[in-house]
Amino acid sequence: MDLAFAPEDLKFRDEVRAWIEQAYDPDLRRQMAQSKNGYLDKAGQVKWQKLLGEKGWAAVNWPVEYGGPGWTPSQHYIFNMEMSLAGVPTSSPMGLKMVAPVIMAFGSDEQKKKHLPPILTSDIWWCQGYSEPGSGSDLASLQMRAVRDGDHYVLNGSKIWTTHAQWADWMFCLVRTSQEAKPQNGISFLLLEMNTPGITIRPLPTLDGPVEGEQEINQVFFEDVRVPISNRIGEEGMGWTYAKYLLEFERGNAYAPGLMNMLHKVRKIASTEASGQGTSLIQDADFRRKLASLEIKVESLNATELRIFSAMASGTPVGPASSMLKLEGSEAQQAITELTLEAVGNYSAPFIADTWADMRGETNEPRPGPDYAAPAAPTYLNYRKASIYAGSNEIQHNIMAKLILGL
Amino acid sequence: MDFNFTEEQSMLRDTLASFLQDKYSFDTRRASVKSASGWRADYWKAFAEELGILGAPFSEDLGGLGGSAIENMIVMEECGKALVIEPYLGTVVIGGGFLKYSGHASATDLIGGIIGGEIITAFAYAEPQGRYNLADLKTTAKKDGSGYVLNGHKAVVLGAPWATHLVVTARTGGSQREASGVSVFLVDKASAGIVTRDYPTVDGQRASEVYFENVSIPADALIGVEGAGLPLIEKVVDEAIAAICAEGVGAMRKMHENTLEYARQRKQFGTAIANFQVLQHRMVDMFINVEQSLSMTYMATLKLDESAHDRAKAVSAAKVQIGRSCKFVGQAAIQIHGGMGMTDELAVGHYFKRATMIEGQFGSVDHHLRRYEHLSIDTAA
Repeated sequence: MDLAFAPEDLKFRDEVRAWIEQAYDPDLRRQMAQSKNGYLDKAGQVKWQKLLGEKGWAAVNWPVEYGGPGWTPSQHYIFNMEMSLAGVPTSSPMGLKMVAPVIMAFGSDEQKKKHLPPILTSDIWWCQGYSEPGSGSDLASLQMRAVRDGDHYVLNGSKIWTTHAQWADWMFCLVRTSQEAKPQNGISFLLLEMNTPGITIRPLPTLDGPVEGEQEINQVFFEDVRVPISNRIGEEGMGWTYAKYLLEFERGNAYAPGLMNMLHKVRKIASTEASGQGTSLIQDADFRRKLASLEIKVESLNATELRIFSAMASGTPVGPASSMLKLEGSEAQQAITELTLEAVGNYSAPFIADTWADMRGETNEPRPGPDYAAPAAPTYLNYRKASIYAGSNEIQHNIMAKLILGL
Repeated sequence: MDFNFTEEQSMLRDTLASFLQDKYSFDTRRASVKSASGWRADYWKAFAEELGILGAPFSEDLGGLGGSAIENMIVMEECGKALVIEPYLGTVVIGGGFLKYSGHASATDLIGGIIGGEIITAFAYAEPQGRYNLADLKTTAKKDGSGYVLNGHKAVVLGAPWATHLVVTARTGGSQREASGVSVFLVDKASAGIVTRDYPTVDGQRASEVYFENVSIPADALIGVEGAGLPLIEKVVDEAIAAICAEGVGAMRKMHENTLEYARQRKQFGTAIANFQVLQHRMVDMFINVEQSLSMTYMATLKLDESAHDRAKAVSAAKVQIGRSCKFVGQAAIQIHGGMGMTDELAVGHYFKRATMIEGQFGSVDHHLRRYEHLSIDTAA
């Protein structure tokens, strides 16, 4: 056992730092500081992800044969940590982290050739068609029908909570291809183009008050949408297996590096904000105690992630321990956004609908309160999603009880 | 970066685990606790001779097996699983720890005595007024000729009834809570003027109130530098905290296992109570607490040789995690066992008692949160 990094790892860290310094330009930084949900707008996202792609760092978790860098666990850790501490945008996960591993594991050669390269270059934006209005935590109860008609499936139904559907070129989608006694059977996994006739998107503005067109989630309606059978992944009726495989990737992230950056931000805010006792808020005993408690929670998660990821090769799923990371990670995210809101004080109240308008030169009106205040409440509100999405935290408990405790 | 154990380390764990499996059943332990002496001197001999674990964390120069704090972690985790009462912590981790870093002329001989099982030490540091402050000392060591004279009262000295020697912290100068003026002594427990009042502890160990009444000790009883002992004390106590974190992980692991097993066989409303979702979620949270505690124990242990600042920060963070988790896992274990958890006859209650004492040993959650906060927030840019 040893925590020390080898000299070549330290050299790698310098390389990552130098690259971030040069690629993560002031415009991106300013935009990111005003993000309400950790993303930029589509143009910003694509710009950033393409920069990563040019460096060969877009898909760091992919196996080498598909364009991954083939890093050691130490390199992954260093990369994650440096990127997170710099506060860079989160790459859109739907293509890179979610559908890509499924295509690699279960897709045909043709599907791999067609879909993986544009994911790597961020030329195609993906969205996820899992939840339905009647199927949330009970995902396997999903009802969207896909009926065979010649060499097509005809889709009718609707998907909901679809992140960035309005920006997406393609969707990966769970559909019901047959009615079986056990709802897990009869589900198939399809890839479809979002410009197929019969698809309509309805924005679902969330509590954080997104600008029109930048909403995070949507409902997507399907009316006689024709999808070639050749767009199916793997076998008909086996979709549930592929869907669960994908979910382990969706949940099995390293959360701690991002959390450390969030802690760094709240510490900075608390050093600026006044306590009302003639000192800065960071000197307030109650506040300090809460901040220290959260730092320790994040350190614990970081140590657990190190333990899990140091034993893993690229491209392998985390397994049911991903539920533990998701539980602990999402709880910490929410707790930090809560503390940030508290730190901002009175100026958490003014609502700035478009926090990027001044950057685009669309307004010169000065904001009430400091710049960091505007995203605090929207971010807090937005992050309530973290314990709901990717399987609610209650569902994660169920999964762990079954798969880890054997109950 | 590497989280694997070496083959020797795995062997150490297996050897100790199988010894404890054979010889350290719950009933055997209970008989030891209730016996007049309160421990098994023959097991200590076996630790020294048969298993050789008392030399685990010492370098080969010192006659040890060439290990480090990782070996202490392994031994203590296994001790936690079996609720071992014999004083590995007080003797090997703490007594051995002080000697290792002391530069004392006889350090090698004394460590040899520890490894051989002849020297058993207990750590006399706490005082009735001092709570968790290692520098709050009224005990004095006054220069007297070439040696010193000790006077004072040490509180709850764990393992003192079994000890041949006491590691004593005392003031050779400075005022009651001052950082300077603190010294450490290794004192023969048979020295004239040492009075002890021995008693059992809640968690099945033995301890003493120790009174020093004009106890003359020789010059070479001094461990480290006179008047500048506090940094050494902090280092060794941090090592001891990392060790009891590992012990806590072992105890929590068993409480979680016992609880799962009980919930699977206990039937109510016509079904095993393990089928109830509300209990399943609680047992998942217990599992997460054990895993997070293990991770933090690794981090604290692996950072013991870093700068005093980084070491203290990692150790206090770990102690906060383990303190909170001991409470959570322990209380949940008793609750899920229901009335049976309240009885003396099941092991779970005995793990709970040790876990509860670990929570406060060398500082409560609040104490370490405050220490962490000062190290983390005040030094942040």
